[in-house]
Amino acid sequence: METKNIIIVGVGGQGSLLASKTLGHLFLSQGYDVKVSEVHGMSQRGGSVITYVRFGDKVYSPVIDEGQADFIVSFELLETARWLKYLKPQGQVVTNTQQIEPMPVITGAAKYPEKLIDKLKSKGVKVDALNCLELSLKAGSVKAVNVVLLGRLSHYFDIPEDLWLKSLKANVPAKFLELNLKAFELGKKNNESIDS
Amino acid sequence: MKELMLGNKAIARGLYEAGVCFVSSYPGTPSTEITEEAAKFEDIYCEWAPNEKVAMEAAFGASLAGRRAFCGQKHVGLNVAADPMFTMSYTGVNAGLVIVVADDAGHHSSQNEQDSRHYAIAAKVPMLEPSDSAEALEFTKLAYELSEQFDTPVIVKMCTRVAHSQSVVELGERNVPIKPYEKNIAKYVMMPANAKKRHPIVEERTTKLIEYAETTPLNRVELGSSEIGIITSSTSYQYVKEVFGDSVSILKLGMVNPLPPELIKNFASRVQKLYVVEELDDIFEQFVKSLGLEVHGKDLLPVVDEFSQNMIAKVFNKDVNEGVQLEDNIPGRPPVMCAGCPHRGLFYTLQKNKCIVMGDIGCYTLGATAPLNAMDTTLCMGASISSAHGFNKMLGAQSEGKTVAVIGDSTFVHSGMTALADVAYNQSNTTVVILDNSITGMTGHQQNPTTGFDIKGNPAGKINLELLVKAMGIKRVAVVDPYDLKSLDEVLKQELKVSEPSVIISRRPCALLKHVKHNAPLKVNTEKCIGCKSCMKIGCPAISMVNGKAVVDSTQCTGCSLCSQLCPKGAFE
Repeated sequence: METKNIIIVGVGGQGSLLASKTLGHLFLSQGYDVKVSEVHGMSQRGGSVITYVRFGDKVYSPVIDEGQADFIVSFELLETARWLKYLKPQGQVVTNTQQIEPMPVITGAAKYPEKLIDKLKSKGVKVDALNCLELSLKAGSVKAVNVVLLGRLSHYFDIPEDLWLKSLKANVPAKFLELNLKAFELGKKNNESIDS
Repeated sequence: MKELMLGNKAIARGLYEAGVCFVSSYPGTPSTEITEEAAKFEDIYCEWAPNEKVAMEAAFGASLAGRRAFCGQKHVGLNVAADPMFTMSYTGVNAGLVIVVADDAGHHSSQNEQDSRHYAIAAKVPMLEPSDSAEALEFTKLAYELSEQFDTPVIVKMCTRVAHSQSVVELGERNVPIKPYEKNIAKYVMMPANAKKRHPIVEERTTKLIEYAETTPLNRVELGSSEIGIITSSTSYQYVKEVFGDSVSILKLGMVNPLPPELIKNFASRVQKLYVVEELDDIFEQFVKSLGLEVHGKDLLPVVDEFSQNMIAKVFNKDVNEGVQLEDNIPGRPPVMCAGCPHRGLFYTLQKNKCIVMGDIGCYTLGATAPLNAMDTTLCMGASISSAHGFNKMLGAQSEGKTVAVIGDSTFVHSGMTALADVAYNQSNTTVVILDNSITGMTGHQQNPTTGFDIKGNPAGKINLELLVKAMGIKRVAVVDPYDLKSLDEVLKQELKVSEPSVIISRRPCALLKHVKHNAPLKVNTEKCIGCKSCMKIGCPAISMVNGKAVVDSTQCTGCSLCSQLCPKGAFE
């Protein structure tokens, strides 16, 4: 199989490491070669972060380059726009609709672009957008946005749900498991339209 | 068993399997997780040392005691530890001693982009360079064999992309070789007469290591088409494979010092056009050129920043997808101090008092970013205090009443203490602020000698900063809570005014620490808010202006109340 590429983007501290660990575990359990590349250190402090997940018969590079991602999984709308150039033609965007203002916007030095989802669609990008924060809160915490997104992403893979849940269980602490399973289901069963 | 493992964790696994008994390191991105992961093995003694030099020397002592030993650091950490390492090259080891240095091409979390291969060449020690987690594990184990076989410390060089990528590894068993300690003055006491006799031994060792490098499976030829031959290593090898698969010939170097001249000449003779693909400096390329071979490298590829598969594809005229982009200007998202960060109040106060701020390495370097912009220099660990000392000595009254050094608790112990000794001994009128947040923050919460806990979270010795500073002869030591803007302002003004060295300890634990309880998030009373933006001056990521009124993001706010202390209308409730 040709290598598949997923980038997970967001704001440092939003929980992309859990999402990438879960995906890595899942694809390894499917018998694939897997590489996951993370960002630690300074950019974790509220900066723009990108995590790369790659799987296939043989994976060489740990990172994904521009025009190569089959999926962009995004925790934040501006970050979706920022990393859009990494998407392959015909790639799929799965994005949280949450907006977190970066410091240049907070200080007034820049403006947060408007109507980003419409603009993405007008470029012919396949966008699946959902309010993960709301669903996360419904699951019981603001911190499960990452797992809501994973639930949503699971739509696009022909992998049985119990295997997703098994990988999730292997990566979340036991005391938060129930919350995360609920968040996964809410992401998966959400009725907003899937644009594909 | 197959497992997906972070490169740094794979090094730790390699330490475990190689029977390492002693690990001493100072945290630094991208090397930190090696020691954190090693500490999870009951059978390995692990510690955070106050700095890399101490860690290296402690590892030397453990090796001398006959136990396999390790110390790990980031590239700039090896600058600090270079002194013991250069002479350990002369003494050699008793039990195996391996050093990891993790480079940061691309400046992900560092103040420079130095290429650590120069250290292996300069100190005349072998260096191995893995390209993924499986090699990280395997090379670490092999490094201990080489260390004992050739009687030398061995460096394993990592980079951010290998250290912080997970790939598949296979696990093995632990085996602990132990050696007795034997006194050997001629080998271990490096006074001139002894060192003079050790130097030729180092040179003979290098000759033997070159012979080893010619045939070791660490260096591997992958024959493809004879049209193009590429000499490469580490993550650059992965990018080359990504672009070419098996279609070109590759000499993959796993041992990057010393380099194998015959192997390289032989490889060159089998290909029509020879290339070197290496990140940062042109070390392989210059070596290949010194063999009289024609080669392309830095004429095509940059000396700065990290590589990627597209960059290499473009150099070789291969097509790449460009990807779509929106027309909008996408505002940047630089890292910021977290909501509730105890450093924020201090930097606000420094900026308000128009201070000249000599900065240091840690989360608080973010005090230099907008809107606070409250920093004038950041150089390296500990340099805040020494550079403030030099600055004040030269400018005297012009700078003394407004210049401060800011340094974190861990950085202070690392190399700020000796700088403060300079202030105390040579009596500059310098004000030092120690930002004591009870943890090593930027690298992800490591304990240090001021926190009272060891690497495993068990109670440990605790340095009392106030007593330490006083023992150095500094009479003025004030402690202040950085959540209290009024007290901060008063203490700062008072210490800047006096004509003698002084230390302010700005003390409050990092807001991200698990045991730190947050207050309820604040809300803005929109009737009271007049949209004056006073609260925006502190650059809190939880506050924004919507329709002319301040809004608090309740998912981020920790209730630190700095904003409400600045609000003239009491709108934060």
